[in-house]
Amino acid sequence: MNHQDTPPAQPPRRRLSWNDPGVRSVIYQIFAVGIVGGIIWYLVSNTMHNLSVRNITTGFGFLSREAGFAIGETPISYTPADTYARAISVGLLNTLRVALIGIILATLLGTIIGIARLSKNWLIRKISSVYVEVMRNIPLLLQLFFWYAIISEMMPGPRKAYHPLPGVFVSNRGIQMPTLNGDGLTWLLAGVLLAIAAIFGLSRWARQRQARTGQIFPLLRWAIGLLVICPPVLWWFSGTTLSVEVPELKGFNFAGGMTLTPEFAALLFGLVIYTSGFIAEVVRSGIQSVGRGQWEAAGALGLKSTLVLRLVVLPQALRVIIPPMTSQYLNITKNSSLAVAIGYPDIVSIINTTLNQTGQAIEGILMIMAAYLTVSLSISVFMNWYNKRIALVER
Amino acid sequence: MTSQANVSSPSTELAPPLRLSVWNWLRTQLFSSPFNTLLTILSVWLLFATVPAMVDWFLISSTVTAKTSQECREVTGACWSMIIEKHRLILFGVYPYEEQWRPLLATLILVGVIILSGVRRFWNISLPFLWIAALSSVAVLMWGGVFGLTYVENSRWGGLPLTLILSTFGIAFAFPLGVLLALGRRSKMPAIKTLCVVYIELIRGVPLISLLFMSAVMLPLFLPEGITIDKLLRAQVAIILFAAAYMAETIRGGLQAIPKGQFEGADSLGLTYWQQMRLIVLPQALKIVIPPLVGLFIALFKDTSLVVIIGIFDLTQAAKAALVDQAWRGFSVEVYIFISAIYFVFCYSMSKYSQSLEKRLGTEHQR
Repeated sequence: MNHQDTPPAQPPRRRLSWNDPGVRSVIYQIFAVGIVGGIIWYLVSNTMHNLSVRNITTGFGFLSREAGFAIGETPISYTPADTYARAISVGLLNTLRVALIGIILATLLGTIIGIARLSKNWLIRKISSVYVEVMRNIPLLLQLFFWYAIISEMMPGPRKAYHPLPGVFVSNRGIQMPTLNGDGLTWLLAGVLLAIAAIFGLSRWARQRQARTGQIFPLLRWAIGLLVICPPVLWWFSGTTLSVEVPELKGFNFAGGMTLTPEFAALLFGLVIYTSGFIAEVVRSGIQSVGRGQWEAAGALGLKSTLVLRLVVLPQALRVIIPPMTSQYLNITKNSSLAVAIGYPDIVSIINTTLNQTGQAIEGILMIMAAYLTVSLSISVFMNWYNKRIALVER
Repeated sequence: MTSQANVSSPSTELAPPLRLSVWNWLRTQLFSSPFNTLLTILSVWLLFATVPAMVDWFLISSTVTAKTSQECREVTGACWSMIIEKHRLILFGVYPYEEQWRPLLATLILVGVIILSGVRRFWNISLPFLWIAALSSVAVLMWGGVFGLTYVENSRWGGLPLTLILSTFGIAFAFPLGVLLALGRRSKMPAIKTLCVVYIELIRGVPLISLLFMSAVMLPLFLPEGITIDKLLRAQVAIILFAAAYMAETIRGGLQAIPKGQFEGADSLGLTYWQQMRLIVLPQALKIVIPPLVGLFIALFKDTSLVVIIGIFDLTQAAKAALVDQAWRGFSVEVYIFISAIYFVFCYSMSKYSQSLEKRLGTEHQR
């Protein structure tokens, strides 16, 4: 108790000394920031000088000028008379479209192949590992060229188009598919949304009931049923029209229906096939990371193999799967920029055209980088949120 | 009671030995359940529908003797004579024809140094010197201008050696940079840490293409007037900067796997920071990350194909150049398959090597 009475000892006065790690670290940091700052200042001043010599005005003013070039695929309406800003947003939408569809399809295909690599069936195991090894070890760009060559050179013209399913035509003009038209479409969509909402409610209820009574509710069967039944029923009651528009050969090309252009189809094929090889490996190693003891213990509790997978193995495997899966999703998004090589009008390709026309190289590349950083960051934020949700809660 | 008897029986009686017959193998591997049988039938049908047609196209109906593209068009299979006709262009680009032994030798040196780096006996201080020697002899061979070799400017380099140069030089220069960035990211100094984090995340967040575009159109603006760096070197710089960010993250993973006790032990020996890293931490951390580093090299090897987009004559671009020839139009699939096979051989053998390495290093750790 004594020492409380004595006044606290004065800490030794710190003197500036090279032997003090704190002082050293401050000096190092000032030094490092100084060097980096100096380099940046040097580059910027060079750039400013070069720009003034070449009479290039900086700034984003060019965005409101008329673009004057046509774009092959436009999810939103666009004409060459529109501004550069509009052209670039068309490009961004094209990037997002191919990345989103690519992520969904690659996840599905990759998961199936990953599970197939663990199959009890020898043939399936072999086929899927050959697939994975071949696809992972050939550069994506080469695969894109390959698919593009297959579609644009080896496919027949529209008059002799392959006709694998009713309403679907494959030719060197791309892939034609039938579409649904009419007011009924909104009602079908509403039906899907309704079914999804119902499934969410049902799963909550089923979980609570299981916690209360221990009874397991066959949720998957109900979910599929709801998704199949809800949309048509809603459309039936609404009494609206719904027509199927089948592509037809008119002259030298198809009219009506939906078209996947050769560029889009090649890019999507390439991205999905290349990335699904990686996703398959992610899924396989995730499932293998769950110890055999977990399977056996779950079996010993008397769970069926589907329940073992759903309740015991998958929740643990997902924790291993999610982080590498996130980087695969980021890879799809970034790799979609290879579109420029086969002429799909994604954001890189459109900004490339823009900077060739206007000479605004710095602004263009900054915009490409900003766009990808935004998309990458949003995907990582979402996946990190999901990862946290399923993470192991430890005591 | 009956269930109890069932459970206890395997422990008292040994299971009958599995008869390894063809029939048994078929039953367990292919027809173990109705679903499995269905899968087997489906995949046999799939193989039957595709493999014979592919073999026919590849081998039986293909031609290697056709002299002109006209003769090629008459056969239904692949036209491999196109590859034979164009193989020098595809492999070495537009390098002067009579000097093409030089890129060939350079390719062999690069492949040799990659293989030697995989042998564990060479994992010591001599390896960096081996790399320096190999890379400088490659530079001498390709450029020439000394030892009686004629000078070949690098706009005429191309094909496989260029792909190998871009990726090996890329990984070799990115390695020290990546180590520094990884150490910087783990540093306790906030300013240095921030700089490293910003650099790594910025580079990893954008596609390589945007960096290559930057090297093609922005880098000339950055430099003072009158100084120009040629296109190939600029692309190489972009590839190094790109690889360094990924390298840093891989090495950081290795650093994080080193137990705290190692740092504290090194501290208590009175080692300075750099001694600590050089003697204690990095040797252990780098050993852990060798398999992922091989993976990184494979990815980089494939990614160098992107230089096509800024018009550099690598293997993929050489393939496109071979296709431009009007006389041999329409055989692009053959060329792409040939190039794919080259990439596949390189990448597959490296990934197999990395897997075997992982197994060997893994068992060492378990003790």
